Amino acid sequence: MRITCPLCGPRDRREFYYYGAEDYLNRPTEGAAPEAWDDYLHLRDNPAGMTRDLWYHEQGCAAWLRVTRNTVTHEISETELVSALKPGDLKKGART
Amino acid sequence: MRYSGLKVITEGLFGNKGWKPAWRNPAPKAEYDAIIIGGGGHGLSTAYYLAKNHGLTNIAVLEKGYLGSGNIGRNTTIVRANYFLPGNSQFYSHSLKLWEGLEADLNYNVMHSQRGLINLFHSDGQRDAFARRGNAMINQGDDAELLDREGVRKHLPYLDFEQTRFPIYGGLLHRRGGTARHDAVAWGYARGADQRGVDLIQNCEVTGIDIENGVVKGVQTTRGPIRAKKVGMIAAGRSGQVAAMAGMRLPVESHILQAFVTEGLKPVIDHVISFGMGHFYISQSDKGGLVFGGDLDFYASYASRGNLPMVEHVMEAGMTLMPMIGRAKVLRSWGGIMDMTPDGSPIIDKTHIEGLFIDCGWNYGGFKAVPASGWCMAHLMATGDSHPVARRFRLNRFATGHLLDEEGTGSQHNLH
Repeated sequence: MRITCPLCGPRDRREFYYYGAEDYLNRPTEGAAPEAWDDYLHLRDNPAGMTRDLWYHEQGCAAWLRVTRNTVTHEISETELVSALKPGDLKKGART
Repeated sequence: MRYSGLKVITEGLFGNKGWKPAWRNPAPKAEYDAIIIGGGGHGLSTAYYLAKNHGLTNIAVLEKGYLGSGNIGRNTTIVRANYFLPGNSQFYSHSLKLWEGLEADLNYNVMHSQRGLINLFHSDGQRDAFARRGNAMINQGDDAELLDREGVRKHLPYLDFEQTRFPIYGGLLHRRGGTARHDAVAWGYARGADQRGVDLIQNCEVTGIDIENGVVKGVQTTRGPIRAKKVGMIAAGRSGQVAAMAGMRLPVESHILQAFVTEGLKPVIDHVISFGMGHFYISQSDKGGLVFGGDLDFYASYASRGNLPMVEHVMEAGMTLMPMIGRAKVLRSWGGIMDMTPDGSPIIDKTHIEGLFIDCGWNYGGFKAVPASGWCMAHLMATGDSHPVARRFRLNRFATGHLLDEEGTGSQHNLH
């Protein structure tokens, strides 16, 4: 499996650290209910098919990436820099 | 039909014409008292103990493929009770005791072989941690022996003790640990459940869960709707999709775990050996193949196959530990779908929907848990109360902070 880093180009999977689903981008705001933190930290859609998750280019440019990929085929369709995402690009439904 | 040595001999004398299928192949009825979603090890053992321990026989196991077609059909077959944390310790101890009586109970040869499990350690600190774990096992009533380097050498003379990166300091021997024949466990439970009247319905995929006013009413399937007052979701790596039909999100992320089998060799490895520092473990099957594996690929996946970096890592670890296996040819490898929880421990609990129960989150350790998981899930579904040895396997423990982090690595999906 190779992941195309927007800065470094196609790189070996071993250069990247997998963090988890993109839910981690929806951090609850200060004072949010405990359920919101449980949702953010633990509960997952866990889809069989298209998913978006976060990878860290640990042995490359140290950028955080949002990777759109298929969990059934391992096909990667898009990689984006997390730092370039706009609020509207984030997954909907985050509880605050 | 009761299996016995005499039966084998008489059938052999008369042309083996008297054998019958081990279970029926019934069509689904319109209604059952309880439905189990998932005909794998845990689902079949739950059905068996519901019938045997609680007298509930009007139940169905719904399986989308064939019985035992998931992780029970392909795994590295290790059975052990070497857990440390209160909650895990009692549960796996209970499971091992059930394993020890399983063949007599099921009247089925599951080839349970208590050949001994040795966990290697490679530093003074790790020895202390293993001594502590061994004491916890003994306190639980199970067995553990701390071996020094010479003690390990007596059992496993072929290891490379002088490797520079992880020299072997000793090992924790768990003599009652071992292996079992994975398919036979599924078949034995299936036959036992069927004999007690449980309907095992194959090629029947659940496509919806009917819920009215917070109460479960039944399921929709590819073979029509089936009503039931109690439904148990026992779908292992697919738990996320099943729970989604009930509108639930689980603290589960499905990951890939690879394992490997070599060509058949003469007996060479008598134990189960785990080399934690290399994320490697190995045993030899009764057919002679070396069965070994490593760690997760570490990304969410349903592909049922892994990637090459972990293949390379596992082979390297094996060669580091025991260079003698270098010439064995790997016959096949596979990837199983593991329902990983953030703390690496399972869930056996009610849900917020009345009559809907869940048994999932077995991570990469579900095989040894099959008897106790079924025992405790059956207890929960029949009585409405958690079984004492499974009381800490709560669905909401991540929200409340009552974690069971056996590895001590943290409560996060990518850490176990």
